[in-house]
Amino acid sequence: MIPYWMCFALFLVGLYGVITRRNLVKIAISLSIMEVSTFLFFALMGYIEGGKFPIVDPAEPGQLYVDPLPQALVLTAIVIGLATTSLLMAVIIRIYRKYKTFDIREIRNLRG
Amino acid sequence: MNPIIPMLVIVPLASAFLIMVLGKLIRDLPGYFTSAVFLVLLITSYYAWMHNGNGITVYKVGGWEAVNKIPIGIYMVLDGLSVIMLCLISTLGFLSAVYSLSYMKRYTGEEYYYALLCLLVAGMNGVVLSGDLFNIFVFLEISVIASYALVAFGVEKNELEASFKYQVLGGIASLLILFGIGLIYWKAKTLNIADIREAFKAGYDGTYYTFVQMLILCGFGVKAAIMPFHAWLPDAHSSAPSPISAMLSGVFIKAVGIYVILRLFFSMFVISEQIAFVITALGTLSMVFGVFLAIGQWDIKRLLAYHSISQMGYVIMSAGIGMILLSRGTRPDVALLAITGGLYHLINHAAFKGLLFLNAGALEYRLGTRDLKEMGGLASEMPITAGTSFVASMSISGIPPFNGFFSKLIIVIACIRGRFYLLAFLAILVSIITLASFLKFQRYAFYNKTNAGKDLTGKEVATPMVFSMIVLGMLCLLMSLLAIPSVRESLLKPAVDVLMDAGNCMSKIIGM
Repeated sequence: MIPYWMCFALFLVGLYGVITRRNLVKIAISLSIMEVSTFLFFALMGYIEGGKFPIVDPAEPGQLYVDPLPQALVLTAIVIGLATTSLLMAVIIRIYRKYKTFDIREIRNLRG
Repeated sequence: MNPIIPMLVIVPLASAFLIMVLGKLIRDLPGYFTSAVFLVLLITSYYAWMHNGNGITVYKVGGWEAVNKIPIGIYMVLDGLSVIMLCLISTLGFLSAVYSLSYMKRYTGEEYYYALLCLLVAGMNGVVLSGDLFNIFVFLEISVIASYALVAFGVEKNELEASFKYQVLGGIASLLILFGIGLIYWKAKTLNIADIREAFKAGYDGTYYTFVQMLILCGFGVKAAIMPFHAWLPDAHSSAPSPISAMLSGVFIKAVGIYVILRLFFSMFVISEQIAFVITALGTLSMVFGVFLAIGQWDIKRLLAYHSISQMGYVIMSAGIGMILLSRGTRPDVALLAITGGLYHLINHAAFKGLLFLNAGALEYRLGTRDLKEMGGLASEMPITAGTSFVASMSISGIPPFNGFFSKLIIVIACIRGRFYLLAFLAILVSIITLASFLKFQRYAFYNKTNAGKDLTGKEVATPMVFSMIVLGMLCLLMSLLAIPSVRESLLKPAVDVLMDAGNCMSKIIGM
């Protein structure tokens, strides 16, 4: 059970970073940490104690295999994560050009 | 019937890439091409609505048939509820694309705009059509990423700040959803919504189940901008270009937020009374506080955005009442009425809020400002904008004979018959405050003469924009026909049945 709790702890570390950091890039990094923890959780979910890689071998009918579906899901999720992270970075670069700062306390045009 | 279902996703997705290639070569192509594509989608989805009737159509991607009644392929499901969402998406998508033909002349990089618009529609169509949890997530991300980029399309200070805020909150929400999906898969060992229902029905761990429901509710609550999770919405919806605001407020928060909440909590989870209370409470909260935040706004689009939160509160609240009554198992007729009222209000909101954002866009296009204090006396110079926005304002504040009145009436009647007297009172109170806030909008924008000395270059906007506004204005009037019970029965019954009788519908999907 310990790997799952560590995975959840990593998620919370990322959430803590998103909430407390003042630097835009650090917020983006914290979001990535959260993302990675979710991916790790998916990878852990598919693992079965004593399982082999999931290519069925007719010679060994009793063999245990790990669950291949979460791995497929994680690949898709990683691609989506790449898209979100790169878009976030692009917006951060644009913000830096307009505001000349990465400090979130000085980027406050919208309120109310 | 079957080949239509994947086409509704593939056509906009493919045209997004075509626009990027061809838009560089031919300058005026992207706008007209996008409008044509959306017109085709519009006709297709209305055709699907007419021919689907009460049935459920399943398309199995790649032709993977179920083995021993266990679905193994990717299912795309077209039923009464999703077909209504499809019609909403394509109607508003088409009108926004036409409106953009002249509105987007002010911006550079039109082909990027139209490509992103196509991606947004493709993602939303995918969300409402997909029958398994992970595909909902994938299509959700497609449309959400397109909307992040579209919010930042102006690349000025406000747009970038709004987009950043939206991306961080949306990113956290997506991860909560993904985490929830992972937990569901861990226990149920399947991703198909119908199959998960079967797996959960057999028996489940109460605490675990509630935790998963909370994760999913928080995740999609951010996407639907329910009250405690609403912080991004006023910034994002007011910063986007106006046709995109109309899309985001009109259909986006419904398709990726409320539709998925309804689908998952009615069809996938077994309805429990606690979660129904939580949903009703959240809906009431956003209904009441959204309108109080809206009334102090002077920026037109921020005002409209806060009203979106409040009006979505009506939908969530009535769906929640329906869930409470269904879980108690008493008064199914009242539950039916509440859910019908909620869906009816959802459809109406798409029409009038889309129209109001287009009106706000027309004002901004002519005057170059969104501040109500700098406007005034525009009724004579912009008669069509003034007229259509009057229709939409009366409609959102629930004045007969416009559509908003009838849907709010049905919701209030359902509240009273279900003995939720406080909620009925709040719904009426919020409606009155909405009226006050829209009278302010009307007075300051169109009838006030205080700024008459100022040079107002108010002139009616170009034909494509006028066309979109008039069509939506007519829809606002036409949709009040749904108040007639027999019409409502024939048009909304299939969608309500999907929610009321979820167990039966889901077992039908497994059987296919």
